[in-house]
Amino acid sequence: MDRKQWMGLLARAPAATLDGFWRGLGLTPAFTWLRMPEPGGVMVQGRMGGSGAPFNLGEMTVTRCALALESGAVGHAYVQGRDKRHAEQAALVDALMQGDAAATVRTGLLEPLAVQMQATQDSRAAKAAATKVEFFTLVRGDD
Amino acid sequence: MYVAVKGGERAIENAHAWLAEARRGDTRVPELDVAQIREQMALAVNRVMAEGSLYDPDLAALAIKQARGDLIEAVFLIRAYRTTLPRFGASKPVETADMRCDRRISATFKDAPGGQVLGATFDYTHRLLDFKLAADGEVPPAAMAPAQAGSVPHITEFLNRDGLIQTEAPSCETPPDLTREPLEFPANRALRLQALARGDEGFILGLAYSTQRGYARNHAFVGELRIGRVPVEMEIPELGFSIEIGEIELTECETVNQFAGSKTAPAQFTRGYGLVFGQTERKAIAMALVDRALRWRELGEDNLGAAAQDEEFVLSHCDNIQATGFLEHIKLPHYVDFQSELELVRRLRAEAEAVAKEAAE
Repeated sequence: MDRKQWMGLLARAPAATLDGFWRGLGLTPAFTWLRMPEPGGVMVQGRMGGSGAPFNLGEMTVTRCALALESGAVGHAYVQGRDKRHAEQAALVDALMQGDAAATVRTGLLEPLAVQMQATQDSRAAKAAATKVEFFTLVRGDD
Repeated sequence: MYVAVKGGERAIENAHAWLAEARRGDTRVPELDVAQIREQMALAVNRVMAEGSLYDPDLAALAIKQARGDLIEAVFLIRAYRTTLPRFGASKPVETADMRCDRRISATFKDAPGGQVLGATFDYTHRLLDFKLAADGEVPPAAMAPAQAGSVPHITEFLNRDGLIQTEAPSCETPPDLTREPLEFPANRALRLQALARGDEGFILGLAYSTQRGYARNHAFVGELRIGRVPVEMEIPELGFSIEIGEIELTECETVNQFAGSKTAPAQFTRGYGLVFGQTERKAIAMALVDRALRWRELGEDNLGAAAQDEEFVLSHCDNIQATGFLEHIKLPHYVDFQSELELVRRLRAEAEAVAKEAAE
């Protein structure tokens, strides 16, 4: 999992789920804010016809922040929604992944979080699959 | 005569206090919390997000609670909140071809690759009231089946391979944003789609229905309707690369409509497009029909004078917050305006009387 992937995972994770895993790690690193958590909007674009030129569909809420650990590692976060704690925890994970705690954070938080989110996604896909129409053709027998 | 009107502060305060009490309703009935609205009134939440033009289910649920279920009032609250948010930027265009579909149907191809997936739909229900829901009901878990891996291709892509349908030309142009610049006409398709995506469902539905009944000729098939989740990706300048900043639920409708062609180009199907936040399929289908009707000029069709072909009419009236703002303001005090009207009508009557009297003498 590279940085782009873990930042995306942390952005999409439900705040309560991330909070659970973060508490499980039991880490309380000292840090200073470079940018306090700030909620804002991002204009989401779509494509005409699904594949053509872009247009503005509407906005979504996003919270961003940046912080520095005492080691100097800088963590950034852009997470969906307006939960400041979600953004703070995501930025702390991002910063810790750049230092000695990376292995602990990866196995204790990122990997199980990814597994849990994949399981939610799989269960949804399985429910959709059960509603797939199986067509059959009635063959008229002539005998 | 100038009349200053003051007063009513106490009446307003008391009206708002009563509103709060009325919102709560009978206190012997448990209070709804925001999470209950978000989870159990999900389609109302989706409509408020779509027309509020802000994807945030918790905020939409709160707005519905505050508005006592008046969805246009809830949209108003969301629009007002939206203006307080700093804009961090724009996402990359979402790729609906990569959607993880909960539902995906085609009215044109029975054997579409990827299949017809019904999802959690009201279709094929009998529309009979279910009195079991009035009592506490345990819901049996939904059935599961092995899912196929990978993304589900758009059906129009198959038609496109044979050149049977118009191609949508990709572009990197920054689309216009009607939340930043005032609407001007003629509007391009990007601006029209933005306005339709946040437009009132009822208004767009009525216009779409009018096209089906013959006001603007564009017989539409639902080539594909899909509902599902897509990740949203944005370039982050301070990082120098793009990341996913979240995931949203969308409804997309692609219609396949009758032909355009010329002496040099053979006949091809044409397209209408609807894309809306949340599970909002009535709105997405209606949006696609109205989008198609508004494309008459670029497709070389006649303007039949139908309302759905008139972009100024459609775009100026599809926003329910603008509409309700102007409509409802006439109930607010207009004492001074009305006084001048009153004086005018009295003078006109007096003059008419004087003329009549003179004629009689």
